[in-house]
Amino acid sequence: MRDALAASGTEIVTVALRRADLSGKKDPYADILDFIDPSRYLILPNTSGAVTAEEAVRLARLAVSSGLPKWVKLEIHPDPVYLMPDPIETLKAAEILAKEGFVVLPYINADPVLAKRLQDVGTAAVMPLGSPIGSNQGIATRRQIEIIIDQATVPVIVDAGLGRPSHAAEALEMGADAVLVNTAIAIAGDPSAVAGAFRLAVEAGRIAFESGGIPEVSNTASASSPLTGFLFEGKS
Amino acid sequence: MSFADTLTSLESCVRQRPQLKRFQSLLTPLSGHDLESLAAEAVVVTRRNFGRTMHLFAPLYLSNECINNCAYCGFSRDNPILRTTLTVPQVVKEAQYLVSQGFRDILLVAGEHPRFVSEGYLEECIAALRDFVPRISIEVGPMETDDYRPLVQAGCEGLIVYQETYDQEAYHEYHTAGPKKDFHWRLACPERGYAAGFRRIGIGALIGLAPWKEEVLRLAAHLDYLQRSCWKARFTISLPRLRPAAGAFHPRYTMSDAEFVQALCAFRVCFPQVGIVLSTRESPGLRDALFPLCITSISAGSHTEPGGYTGVGASDVHLTVRGRRVELDTPASVEAHLTPATGQFNISDERSPREIANYLRGIDLEPVWKDWESSILSPEPVAST
Repeated sequence: MRDALAASGTEIVTVALRRADLSGKKDPYADILDFIDPSRYLILPNTSGAVTAEEAVRLARLAVSSGLPKWVKLEIHPDPVYLMPDPIETLKAAEILAKEGFVVLPYINADPVLAKRLQDVGTAAVMPLGSPIGSNQGIATRRQIEIIIDQATVPVIVDAGLGRPSHAAEALEMGADAVLVNTAIAIAGDPSAVAGAFRLAVEAGRIAFESGGIPEVSNTASASSPLTGFLFEGKS
Repeated sequence: MSFADTLTSLESCVRQRPQLKRFQSLLTPLSGHDLESLAAEAVVVTRRNFGRTMHLFAPLYLSNECINNCAYCGFSRDNPILRTTLTVPQVVKEAQYLVSQGFRDILLVAGEHPRFVSEGYLEECIAALRDFVPRISIEVGPMETDDYRPLVQAGCEGLIVYQETYDQEAYHEYHTAGPKKDFHWRLACPERGYAAGFRRIGIGALIGLAPWKEEVLRLAAHLDYLQRSCWKARFTISLPRLRPAAGAFHPRYTMSDAEFVQALCAFRVCFPQVGIVLSTRESPGLRDALFPLCITSISAGSHTEPGGYTGVGASDVHLTVRGRRVELDTPASVEAHLTPATGQFNISDERSPREIANYLRGIDLEPVWKDWESSILSPEPVAST
């Protein structure tokens, strides 16, 4: 994992609090945090396992009291089959935690109105899903995420479903500010190599976006020599 | 529609559910080549959904007292076995031992007996463990929703209840006495547990009581039904193959290793997110081969007798005849101080948790001991910071 993290060039690593020891006893059988160097990466605790706002808030507070950063990736997905985030509980928890001064990054379905409601209550970003967690289907919610990016006043992080480096490049080309990737790297034959490929894809996508020069996809051909150019011949 | 209704119209139910249709098709005899492709798909699906991890848990037997007569079970009331029920401090001692071995997930198991495993006992056990055991689940006689609630509130996260057999006729032949005779009371138990707030529900069928193909198809239909009706619960399945127990029961039907692997892989590819549990009933060789294929949760170093880990309770063993405690005659009573209570079944994989964990690391699977935070279910609020 350490090598893959380094190869990916990531700045933030999210950790499920249920896997970590929050009692302060340094449990050697729950030592997942020991694998992440806090001087190199920001550890972003996540609330996976919580199914209500109340549970997520409790977890986030416990994480802070055990010495973790006052950041939280809000993950409230009660349905264990598709892991779809609960918009109602997520909004409730986001409001409470943002008021308490947490940097809140909510995992949500790609719902533009929900994204705006979350920004209104003070989340630091929104994290719409590309497709179900672990599904590697890519950005199946593309049209919705385009609206979210268009309307956003906070960073947009595409989370879940990115199964290939090209999916990550696509997200950045669209104007997303970051991606969150796990499964595609974790289960790769050579996680470090694939992590490096994701780093390059993110860089490529970002450069393409910043250049502003990539034309939209069109169903019709577009002649490189304009068909109506003759109208203007000799006028310049 | 209840699952009991589904069971009576299973064929039409299977036709209308694509994953059940596929599951059924995967139970037909497969050539070696096809079984290999199924296993290859299972590996991919398991890794995609669970990463390179394996969850470990340990059973802790509280009591082997029982008022039921189940033809296949060592704890059956008419079996003249040595019995005991651990006191709460004894349960704590057993749990402390398991925690020292690495376990952060303990399954409390008990026979069904209102006199010995009585009201409030389970709640006390859970409350005594919750501060040092992150995840606690139970496998005990089915209860009412209202009786489950205090257990969830005390910190119990999971409920395990196997139907044993989904063949109603066979069920009545094997369960001849006690409350367990009621097929439907048991069948609806997972839904009562869900209503009480359990987060994780384990279901299963004992293999050997009825022909395995029909049995696992009905189990798959139950799983499919429960995933929709109890949509917030995580499910696990298990296919314990019957092993010798007191009472010398010989399973009526067998399932070969190849058929066992086929059924487990079929579950994996049709129900990608479901946890698949493998106990120490199976041999080390078969377990090792199955770990990377489709299994996501295993026990290790298990004992199936109350007090089996530390020897507690050995001074209190006795016989139970018609619900009454009968002291052992001398000189057995003297020896009894050294005699552990009888186990439910014999285990086959006797490797220690450490050996198993090392083996897993060797095949590039990370042993996961803690995968739950008990404070999630805690009724106590945490002050804002």
